Amino acid sequence: MSDINLTIDGQAVKAAPGTLVINAAKQVGIEIPSFCYYDGLQSVAACRMCLVEIEKTPKLQVACTTPVAEGMVVRTESPTVREARKGTIEFLLTNHPLDCPVCDKGGECELQDMTFRYGAGESRFVEQKLHVDEQQWSPVVFFDAPRCILCYRCVRVCDEGMGVNALGVINRGAHAEIAPNHFDHLECDECGMCIDICPVGALTSGMYRYKTRPWEMHHVGTICTHCSNGCKTTLGVRNNQIIRGNNRDQSGINGEFLCIKGRYAFDFVHSPERLQSPMLRKNGALEPVSWAEALSAVAQKLKEVKARGGKFAVIGSNHTTNEENYYLQKFAREALGTASIDHHRTGDVPTLLDALSGKTGALATTDDLYNRKAILVIGSDLSQQHPFLAFQIRANYRHHNAHIYTVTAGPVREQKQAVRSIMTIPGQELEDVESLRDQLKAEPELVIVFGDAIKGDGVHKLVAFGDSLGIPVKYVCLVDYSNSRGASDMGLSPRLGPGYRPVSEPGLAYDEILAAADLDVFWVVGANPLKQNALASEKAFVVVNEMFLTETALRADVVFPAASAYEKNGTVTNVCGEVQRLKAGLQVMGTKPDLEIIGLVSKEMGINIGIWTHDKVFDEIRTSVHGYNIPLPIVASGGAAQTTPVNGHVPASSRPDLIQSSRDTLFTSGSLGRYSKTLSSVLEAPGGLYSGERP
Amino acid sequence: MTFSPELEARFAKMLESYPPGRTRSAVVPMLLYAQDEVGHISHELIEEVARRCKVTPLQVDEVVGYYSMLHKKPQGKVHVQVCTNISCLIDGGEELFQHASKTLGIGNKETTPDGQFSLEEVECIGACSWAPAIQMNYDFHHHVTPEKLDKLIDELRRKQ
Ligand code: SF4
Ligand code: SF4
Ligand code: SF4
Ligand code: FES
Ligand code: FES
Repeated sequence: MSDINLTIDGQAVKAAPGTLVINAAKQVGIEIPSFCYYDGLQSVAACRMCLVEIEKTPKLQVACTTPVAEGMVVRTESPTVREARKGTIEFLLTNHPLDCPVCDKGGECELQDMTFRYGAGESRFVEQKLHVDEQQWSPVVFFDAPRCILCYRCVRVCDEGMGVNALGVINRGAHAEIAPNHFDHLECDECGMCIDICPVGALTSGMYRYKTRPWEMHHVGTICTHCSNGCKTTLGVRNNQIIRGNNRDQSGINGEFLCIKGRYAFDFVHSPERLQSPMLRKNGALEPVSWAEALSAVAQKLKEVKARGGKFAVIGSNHTTNEENYYLQKFAREALGTASIDHHRTGDVPTLLDALSGKTGALATTDDLYNRKAILVIGSDLSQQHPFLAFQIRANYRHHNAHIYTVTAGPVREQKQAVRSIMTIPGQELEDVESLRDQLKAEPELVIVFGDAIKGDGVHKLVAFGDSLGIPVKYVCLVDYSNSRGASDMGLSPRLGPGYRPVSEPGLAYDEILAAADLDVFWVVGANPLKQNALASEKAFVVVNEMFLTETALRADVVFPAASAYEKNGTVTNVCGEVQRLKAGLQVMGTKPDLEIIGLVSKEMGINIGIWTHDKVFDEIRTSVHGYNIPLPIVASGGAAQTTPVNGHVPASSRPDLIQSSRDTLFTSGSLGRYSKTLSSVLEAPGGLYSGERP
Repeated sequence: MTFSPELEARFAKMLESYPPGRTRSAVVPMLLYAQDEVGHISHELIEEVARRCKVTPLQVDEVVGYYSMLHKKPQGKVHVQVCTNISCLIDGGEELFQHASKTLGIGNKETTPDGQFSLEEVECIGACSWAPAIQMNYDFHHHVTPEKLDKLIDELRRKQ
């Protein structure tokens, strides 16, 4: 269909049929003020702020639901329109408490801004205002009814965006109020989407309320350190303290989406249990020591063991940066001379890359989940385990009517929108997928998202199935943590080096390391393998880089206090292979980033494996790791650049038996979750997978 | 929650009289009839209606708050509703309401301590031709004067 021609404020505008007047105006830089209209959510035309004059229409019209028409003449700044806006604001303010000086939203409130720009200078209202006491609906969500302007944004984002539908409106007229799903409290995802989308200070968060004025913080855009989805989160930092996390500027792959972890579970950073000094075992007990003492103790031990040809092993992290992982494996291989390096593997990425050898464009991006016509989810409770991917798929369904298929071991939220859902028995996923063949064949294209149920040979079978459909198929191999994918790509593996290059002499794998009775030195960086396993070697000298005194750290001879992801620079790679930049928001006294710790140890040992600044290491990664030759400006400017696949045979067996998701829910996050008060304080924690919809 | 056999039968029939997947249409009548039997709309009742109509309790709560004939607070055995909308107002509806308030000793939306009467000022009840009009539970009374009202209340008191 051809474009429609109209005139807005004297300017000729061309817009696609169906475009709303408010958006057509935006195209030519004319802003029509609005409260209830929100991009991506259904229009409700509740606030009347967007009234405009349209020629030949007797009354003012709402620009947020009126589509453009041929020859339409719109005026957005006529005296009538300005008068109407003034009136709308006056009505919105009749019962508004105007407690801006103590309101959390003060300074970033849309009602303040609109009143400033379009409102009347004085109020004619002298009647008593209706007061309703503030309510706490959960540790996270607070509600102040008098401030609410009933724009329904919160109701819609919870229902449409989150698929939770926990908010509604009770009573009528001046008494109408937003209400939570359990009369006086909420049982929901606790994501805080409703709070951030609220244009006024009606919904506020337990983490942030009454802590600061917004202009007292500085804002640091970085990547959430919890799950593998890689959401951009903007940390509000004041005096070296993170006060809030959100993404209101909608930058990054996730727009404004964040789950409870990205938005609120940054509090582990300030946990009183945070390690802030190196510790050295003296007479059997760990004692705080200086960095110099700890570094020299480790360097001496490593040198001594290396000199006598002793046995080393390293377990790396799913949370540390690509630079740190790369540097760690380089340190292990070059400085220690060992290939016994591994990490907790949560998905079979190497086998997927092997199976896709020779294909291009077969790895889906997070954007593909929003744009592709059909999605098949196998073996994952996506809304629990991969909240942002689930959000993308929900939006795809709402905006593009995408066809969704699920094959899961229990009920999942995605079922509500699925054209077909199969309850499978673990181990039978592939048979059940086979039964979808005819339906999938009829789709124009497909993205297959699969969890740890599909690994090893199963991945090859799945890709063969995808090939046989005769349609373009893309894949996402689900992994758990913020840099699980990067750990795999950077070669934290006994058989595969960076970029999945085979290693000539393989070292010990995860289970073999723990079982080796003759280990001399065991270095663990940001992982907690001893939570569930014992270390067989009693004589092993154990070095641990950690934020907390975990089970593994308790066994250490030396503990280095590590910086968290929010305190460092570098890059991480998300579940879809998208590389994004971490930006340090603060420093926690006494800690150091793992990259620096490894660098300092090698320096102390007198070994040079290269400069340990994050940008120099990233340069090396870009030139030497397959797939990472990504455009620098994209990453440097805070964007996401997808790595290219290996496109060749990935030789080593992926040891499917070692691959296991930790089955974190929305309210757990490996060891990190234990130290986040917010995560453990909500009623829904720890939650479970495949538990169906909450009542 | 269970109701009397008659009401249960009524609900069963009600749920069948809407097209498949439209059980939510039964929310309003179910609330109304259940309120008559239970006396008011409790949280428990809201949850029960939600379960039967396959909607969330909050969705039922939204309906309850919207309609003024659905009451969350226990009403008196006789709910006296005095119209003070325009036709009745002209014919003395306002005075009638004040009088009812004095006679019963309670204000708008209040219940007598013995739980026998409750009073509510309501909008037009569609009996304008016979203004001022009042409604006691489901019974209408027309051309009501303060004396007539006192007599009605007296009779009801004696019956109790
Ligand atoms: S916190 Fe999230 S899930 Fe809970 S009510 Fe708000 S939007 Fe809905
Ligand atoms: S609470 Fe906020 S988002 Fe929700 S309706 Fe009120 S003003 Fe809008
Ligand atoms: S979906 Fe994952 S990456 Fe995004 S905010 Fe939640 S935990 Fe963080
Ligand atoms: S933005 Fe159009 S009515 Fe609210
Ligand atoms: S105004 Fe009282 S019945 Fe109509």
